[in-house]
Amino acid sequence: MPFLSQKFNLQKRVKLAQGLWMLYWLAVIVGIILFSLGIFFKIELRKRSEIMDNNESHLVPNLLILVGMLSCGLNAFGGKLCHDSLDPQKFSKMKPMLRPYMLLCCGFNALLLLLVLLSFLMQFAVYLTLAEGLKNAIRFYKDTDTPGRCFMKRTLDMTQIEFRCCGNNNFRDWFEVQWISNRYLDMSNDVVKDRVLSNVEGKYLMDSVPFSCCNPGSPRPCIQHHLTNNSAHYDYDHRTEELNIWNRGCRQAVFSYYSGIMNSIGALLIFTIILE
Amino acid sequence: MAVLKVKFTKTRRDKLAQILWILNWISVVTGVILFSLGLFLKVELKKREELMAERDIQYVPNMLIAVGLIACIINFLGGKICYDCVDSTKFLRWKLIMLPYIVCTFFFTLCVLVGALMCYTMHWELEEALNLGLMQAMRFYKDTDMPGRCFLKHTVDTLQIQFQCCGNSGFKDWFQIQWISNRYLDMSKKEVIDRLRSNVEGKYLMDGVPFSCCNINSPRPCIQQQITNNSAHFNYEHQTEDQNLWMKGCRQALLEYYTHIMQSIGLTLSVLTGVRYLQTSLENVLRQGDPDSESDGWLLENSLMETARTNLSIIKSLGKSNQINTANNGDPNIDVPSTSKAHYGPDN
Repeated sequence: MPFLSQKFNLQKRVKLAQGLWMLYWLAVIVGIILFSLGIFFKIELRKRSEIMDNNESHLVPNLLILVGMLSCGLNAFGGKLCHDSLDPQKFSKMKPMLRPYMLLCCGFNALLLLLVLLSFLMQFAVYLTLAEGLKNAIRFYKDTDTPGRCFMKRTLDMTQIEFRCCGNNNFRDWFEVQWISNRYLDMSNDVVKDRVLSNVEGKYLMDSVPFSCCNPGSPRPCIQHHLTNNSAHYDYDHRTEELNIWNRGCRQAVFSYYSGIMNSIGALLIFTIILE
Repeated sequence: MAVLKVKFTKTRRDKLAQILWILNWISVVTGVILFSLGLFLKVELKKREELMAERDIQYVPNMLIAVGLIACIINFLGGKICYDCVDSTKFLRWKLIMLPYIVCTFFFTLCVLVGALMCYTMHWELEEALNLGLMQAMRFYKDTDMPGRCFLKHTVDTLQIQFQCCGNSGFKDWFQIQWISNRYLDMSKKEVIDRLRSNVEGKYLMDGVPFSCCNINSPRPCIQQQITNNSAHFNYEHQTEDQNLWMKGCRQALLEYYTHIMQSIGLTLSVLTGVRYLQTSLENVLRQGDPDSESDGWLLENSLMETARTNLSIIKSLGKSNQINTANNGDPNIDVPSTSKAHYGPDN
């Protein structure tokens, strides 16, 4: 017994074919959008691969590019089918291809569903990679003379300025690493020697942050050094001061940017499934 | 005497009309690009109007927007005319408007050229405006507690970070202004009072720059304070150090940015002008042609001087209110069957 049977005369069939043809072309445009989103996401991941330890997974953007191209192809073919179905001669030619085409479309929908799941689940992977990558980036900030790491300072400074964040969880991460290279420390100075010796691992630690943590919206010139020492600066209380440097951690800031991209990709994919 | 006389058959005229149609559409696209570039320039100038002293430079983007719109409309109309040219019945409809249309486009081309010239003269005005504006912005950098000036610090900082520049002509401009507000200076300290007293105007000057001047490409952490004092920092020589701070001045950086926009606009305008000249000459050709027979075509109907003269006479005659047959350049003495409403020819 057929499900939801409907009578169709020629007029209604023509209208149906036209409606389907429009839908197919809409789906082709959506396919192009998916393709370009995939490329955009891939470029964004590449741009910041240094703070992710060059370890990030490109699975989602690669699949997205593939899906975009498949969608264009399948839907363009479907549109052609619709266009030809009105002509009985051409239709008899196409008739044998209909069944495999429908099966292919079902398979494509399954792939789309898988991709939606992936784009929501991979966010955890991105978060973990970011946490690890940022920790290393902060550790290697001073190594501007080591090949392979010499651009870490520049990348991290740019990230902190662009995403308006400081450190991994917050600015205190900078207090735990030596971010000034020994090349620029005057070892003959007593103050420097004391500080290095007082540390177990011989690191030169201080309560300062790099300049890229500075907030340009602060009403006073940026205070980067002796952050926890109220008496070092006039009219300064580090507990209540919140406009001086960025309060957000970079892991949070960068992750919310990427999860924004992935969520919009997921939403668009759901829309595509409905369209299909 | 005709310039570059060529014989045109009907098929060739059709091809010509097609080419002209394509050219018209290219001009429409160029008009759209010009319009959006003008809009973009307007927005960019407005975004940084805090940094520019009072100078009248808004006329340039406004004019560009107007030119872009007019280009679209004129070329759209031209495209429609071309499309109808091939059909003899439709062509008769347009025949009357052809000449005034060509006169209009002649003036429009002049406007486009004037526009291109204005773009280049704006450069000097912009430089002046930026020079004064930046100087003022740096002077009021510290006044974050005064309404109307409280955002200047943020603006200047983000400008220096974004355009990778420092100061007006260079970072030494910051040595001549007090950029730390008195609110954050400890007046009870001896060194602060000494520094203030040593200056004629009582300003707290020092050889330090704000953090936004720091160069992110520098291998060492940024040195912002005591820049000219080599002994204050380990392994540092300020005469040879060029990666510590941004070396470019912000006036130059901003000027380069706006010049870049203007150059793209200039390019679009020259493309528009070239296409326009080609169009006008081709349209002249089509206008002269008889619908179905072989006819002569010219690049210009008469020599350059005569064309200018005839155009001027058309303009003069347009001012008069009597109906003149436009098919003979407005000369009422030539004996032709007229298609206008009032019949002055011998047929009546």
